[in-house]
Amino acid sequence: MHFTKPSPPSDDKRWRIVEATMRRHGYDPHALIETLHSVQQTFGYLETESLRYVARALRVPLSKVYGAATFYHFFTLKPQGEHTCVVCMGTACYIKGAPNIVSAISKEYQVQPGETTADGKLSLLTARCIGACGLAPAVVFDGEVAGKVTPEEALERTRRWTSNDA
Amino acid sequence: MTPEELKRLVSQGEAERPEPKHRICVCVAAACLSSNSDQVKQALENELAARGIAPECEVKGVGCMGLCSAGPLVAVEPDGVTYQHVTSTDAAEIVEHLGQQPIERLTCPTETPFFTKQYKIVLENSGIIDPEKIEDYIARDGYTALARVLEDMSPQEVIDEITRSGLRGRGGAGYPTGLKWSTVAKAGGTRKFVICNADEGDPGAFMDRSVLESDPHRVLEGMAIAAYAVGASQGYLYVRAEYPLAVKRLRTAIRQAERLGLLGNNICGTTFSFHVDIRLGAGAFVCGEETALIASIEGKRGQPRPRPPYPAEYGLWGYPTLINNVETFANVAPIIRNGGDWYASIGTEKSKGTKVFALAGAVKNTGLIEVPMGITLREIIFDIGGGIPGGRKFKAVQTGGPSGGCIPEQYMDMPVDYESLAVVGSIMGSGGMIVMDETSCMVDVAKFFMDFCMTESCGKCVPCRVGTAQMYGILQRITSGEATMSELALLEELCDMVKYTSLCGLGQTAPNPVLSTLQYFRDEYIAHIVEKRCPAGVCQMPVREGH
Repeated sequence: MHFTKPSPPSDDKRWRIVEATMRRHGYDPHALIETLHSVQQTFGYLETESLRYVARALRVPLSKVYGAATFYHFFTLKPQGEHTCVVCMGTACYIKGAPNIVSAISKEYQVQPGETTADGKLSLLTARCIGACGLAPAVVFDGEVAGKVTPEEALERTRRWTSNDA
Repeated sequence: MTPEELKRLVSQGEAERPEPKHRICVCVAAACLSSNSDQVKQALENELAARGIAPECEVKGVGCMGLCSAGPLVAVEPDGVTYQHVTSTDAAEIVEHLGQQPIERLTCPTETPFFTKQYKIVLENSGIIDPEKIEDYIARDGYTALARVLEDMSPQEVIDEITRSGLRGRGGAGYPTGLKWSTVAKAGGTRKFVICNADEGDPGAFMDRSVLESDPHRVLEGMAIAAYAVGASQGYLYVRAEYPLAVKRLRTAIRQAERLGLLGNNICGTTFSFHVDIRLGAGAFVCGEETALIASIEGKRGQPRPRPPYPAEYGLWGYPTLINNVETFANVAPIIRNGGDWYASIGTEKSKGTKVFALAGAVKNTGLIEVPMGITLREIIFDIGGGIPGGRKFKAVQTGGPSGGCIPEQYMDMPVDYESLAVVGSIMGSGGMIVMDETSCMVDVAKFFMDFCMTESCGKCVPCRVGTAQMYGILQRITSGEATMSELALLEELCDMVKYTSLCGLGQTAPNPVLSTLQYFRDEYIAHIVEKRCPAGVCQMPVREGH
């Protein structure tokens, strides 16, 4: 049976990165997770249209694509805020007070872990363990790991993002 | 290629450049990086350049030196000085003191038990070599084991050597590595795979991340030797996507090894070929289970399947597959270099060699340590770890993460090996070791792990999916002062049910944190239920009349 390669959902040039990933794996259905990683790394999250496209391109049922995308915690179907604050909730961080950091930020911005503020400025996330146990409790501010963080310091960092409109 | 030729290969480039008078090694592993060690490194380089002494002195990025709590760490060679908590403003002073009296205010004492009580095999290069330079690894006998294996050992001889060493799986279960290799080697068919499990999901464990970030070639060499022994030509490294630095360094390492003909086709000019590809994990704890990991590499949801058949017979895409953990592979090259008997001379009767632990929690020195098997918990926590800070009292040590248990004070003098830890209701696990003091509530800790297992349960089998949720519910009621003693009995019943009826290791071990805390800290459960009081003052209890 002849298979025609579907075209990407939009003419956004970034789709070439995703296409390159799929090509490298010969459009093999086994490359599903690698492809989803590529989409998320490129676009920040997995949009429904992206999932449809990946399903067609790799000839995997959409249900399976959606199944994998929702099974793995690393994948997110929602766009992240302008800034992200990831609080590590590994054992060492937990016993050294990570829950207090989460509740402080949660209270200040009225968001639950996994949510983004209404203005799209800040996403509060939790991680299972980022492996920085020696520095517990650890928080990742926009990809930068900070160690031995107190709730006050965490708020200080997030306020810097949310207070100025610049 | 002989080991001598291998050394010649890399020494050509080295010969043109004389050995520097001083070498300043800056730790660039994740923990120190997050304390801005990259800025320290830059400042030191600028300082050397500004003084015009850059050629005779060298700044080098190295892997983890172990004592993460004192980071960023900087070591000066050949002065033999280690500096702690270094900031970029210290750069000028460090350069000024090269070859002179060390700066007292920054000196990190290295005569302490933290350094002297360790025995480094897996971490022998960590903190010494530049993880992004294959030349550094080869200069410290890297890839000589692979060259020797290909030159004068048969696959069976390699397996015999590993068997003689007594090495057991460092992922936690402790299955004899030699036996696993020989099962895969005996399996029929010409297509086989080697997988390295680097999906380090235990909260509180970072050994594999440190090894991959500090000495990635060691793992590749171990995988290549394993592939030769079992007859595989393709390998996969399954790494957590949450470890971007480790992934980046592995990619660099694979490229470098391929360029020198140490990976890829016709390795060292022989007929043996072995390719390694990286597969990124996507944040599912259950993928540490081997059949779930295989499903994930195949692009599916990471759900385990019943065993047997074991992956050794029916693994990736149905072919015989060898799966070992990062630390297991990291032990292979030294065993081949020094002999299985040498390795077997370290450790206890049934647990040979060393074990890497990630020491964290309520302990003075947190970081990465490697100790001989059979060392006592007291030596690890009070000598190497330096005891409990703030004058507080030790309460328990948690090993094995969500599959392990909490070990109380009375077993502190027990030797650390696979069997002894199992006897007291915990497991060796992958090496996470979290120390807890009197400010930790053990019921809350059990709840924390049950929450983890409940969230991470893949949902395939009912006992684990429903059982963990029910147990979590009861623990939540206990920690909010709403539970009754009959619910405690139900909790124990559920522990038993989930333990014996779950499909995979995740469910089978999920009750362990509850069982071990119930065994040693039952009084804390009772205080929560009967007196509506949290002895450690962690849990939010309802305010009672008259208080």
